[in-house]
Amino acid sequence: MTASAHMIELRDVTHAYRTKAGPLPVLDRLSIQIPENSFCAVVGPSGCGKSTLTRLVSGLMRPNQGEVWLHGQRVTSPRPTVGMAFQNPVLLEWRTILQNVLLPMEIVKSPMSKAEATERAHHLLDLVGLTGFAEKRPSELSGGMRQRASLCRSIIHKPDVLILDEPFGALDAFTREDLWCTMHDLRAEEPFTCLLITHDLRESVFLADQVVVMSGRPAHAQYVMEVDLPGKRSLDDLYSPKAVEMLATLRHQIQVAQGRTVDDTAEAKA
Amino acid sequence: MNDTLRKILAPLLFIIGILAFWEWIVWYKQLPDFRMASPSDLIPRYIRFWDLFLIKSWETLWRTVAGLGLAVIFGTLIGMVMGFSRFAREGLYPILVGFNAIPKATVVPIVALMFVGQHDFNTVLIAFMISFFPIAVSVSIGLSTLEPEYRDILRSLGASNFTIFWKIALPKTLPEFFGALKVAVTLAFIGTNLMEIVSPHGRGLGDLFDSGRISADYPLMFAVLFALAALGIVLFYVVVFLERIFAGWAERNPG
Ligand SMILES: Nc1ncnc2c1ncn2[C@@H]1O[C@H](COP(=O)(O)OP(=O)(O)OP(=O)(O)O)[C@@H](O)[C@H]1O
Ligand SMILES: [Mg+2]
Repeated sequence: MTASAHMIELRDVTHAYRTKAGPLPVLDRLSIQIPENSFCAVVGPSGCGKSTLTRLVSGLMRPNQGEVWLHGQRVTSPRPTVGMAFQNPVLLEWRTILQNVLLPMEIVKSPMSKAEATERAHHLLDLVGLTGFAEKRPSELSGGMRQRASLCRSIIHKPDVLILDEPFGALDAFTREDLWCTMHDLRAEEPFTCLLITHDLRESVFLADQVVVMSGRPAHAQYVMEVDLPGKRSLDDLYSPKAVEMLATLRHQIQVAQGRTVDDTAEAKA
Repeated sequence: MNDTLRKILAPLLFIIGILAFWEWIVWYKQLPDFRMASPSDLIPRYIRFWDLFLIKSWETLWRTVAGLGLAVIFGTLIGMVMGFSRFAREGLYPILVGFNAIPKATVVPIVALMFVGQHDFNTVLIAFMISFFPIAVSVSIGLSTLEPEYRDILRSLGASNFTIFWKIALPKTLPEFFGALKVAVTLAFIGTNLMEIVSPHGRGLGDLFDSGRISADYPLMFAVLFALAALGIVLFYVVVFLERIFAGWAERNPG
């Protein structure tokens, strides 16, 4: 067992949920490598185990078999250097949006002072378009707004590793594209390693350095694509011939994962 | 109409209406004192016994609150144990249900015998015994049904179980807790009075009621009932007030 040189690494991770009907295999020898400060997007059919993957990387769960590495250390329990935005963005109803965003600061030891953290929270809320909502309660926000608030909560403590589980799922196309650009800005300001789960292929190509397509359940990494676009992108880049070709490849791979098409490259190999 | 004005005026109007109807029906049917006292019969009793009413009300009040306080402390503790440990929940639940099913009127004379003469202790004990059940159950249900998503927010940052309890589980159960406390307040009150009426030479409004019964002063008995109702309302609204402060977030704006 050699230590991982990557920021995040999964080695042959196999996991099954125990259910009443018996074990439900979800991941089958899944391997992913994410270098420091790079951005990895994971796409795959619904129910293939993407959220399970985020729970394994964040240490909320341990895999049945295989290894999860973070920072060159085996993941055995959650750690405060990770920021996580859940697929179901729960906010604490008894706190204001600002207090919700600041929640991690009450747990994590951080060099930021309280005033600095508050200022940062306001800055982040501005970035995601929630200016003026700091003192509102979660019940006064729409689903998409809650999702954005939960995004702010996941990065307030400047984590080295950011795990986002479909963070833009409940957003309209325009807000979503705005936030994509915001993500690029954020990365330029403060580098972090990101694992993004999404089902939007354009999102994956626009944001990521690497896109992993997961197969159907039990899932392994069916296809890995290096995204060969400039580091800081504009939305127009999505219409470049290179991007269009990548999107077509990904779409094809998803169909293979869903079992709708056979993978002709695999057939060629066989 | 102004909102706060309505909240004060509406109950007042209803009280006056009901009292007027009551007065009328006693007069119309020519009911004697011992069948039904009329509101106008009560006023002389309050005037004559005002000092007794104050003293006895205070005795009833503080013992109810003491019993309720114990019920909150032990009910919450038992609820926490049951909420966090499935083993404890499954083991304790039938016992609690059985304990709660015993009519407290049967426990009162037993307790009165066991701690004969210790009026305060007796009464507080009964108030506690009768009121801790809803609190224990609501806290245990609130904690055991906490959605894992809530827990995960803090767990993913490496927070300790105590932090998760303090920052998430506790505040999240507060609405259920206060719902139970409203029930418990009334129950504790019933417990106190049961004891006061049953134990000889007792204290509190229950004792005043008993002396009314012994001296066949029927209006006095009715007057005590009213004093009890007033105390009950005060206690209940104190809980409502606390709920506003600590769990006001659970109240949604209707519009
Ligand atoms: N706690 C659990 N217990 C049992 N089975 C579970 C549990 N969580 C998830 N599963 C099952 O594991 C599989 C993968 O779930 P997961 O949430 O990881 O999927 P996903 O890829 O995130 O799906 P989606 O894109 O719809 O969010 C699903 O079939 C689901 O039914
Ligand atoms: Mg999911």
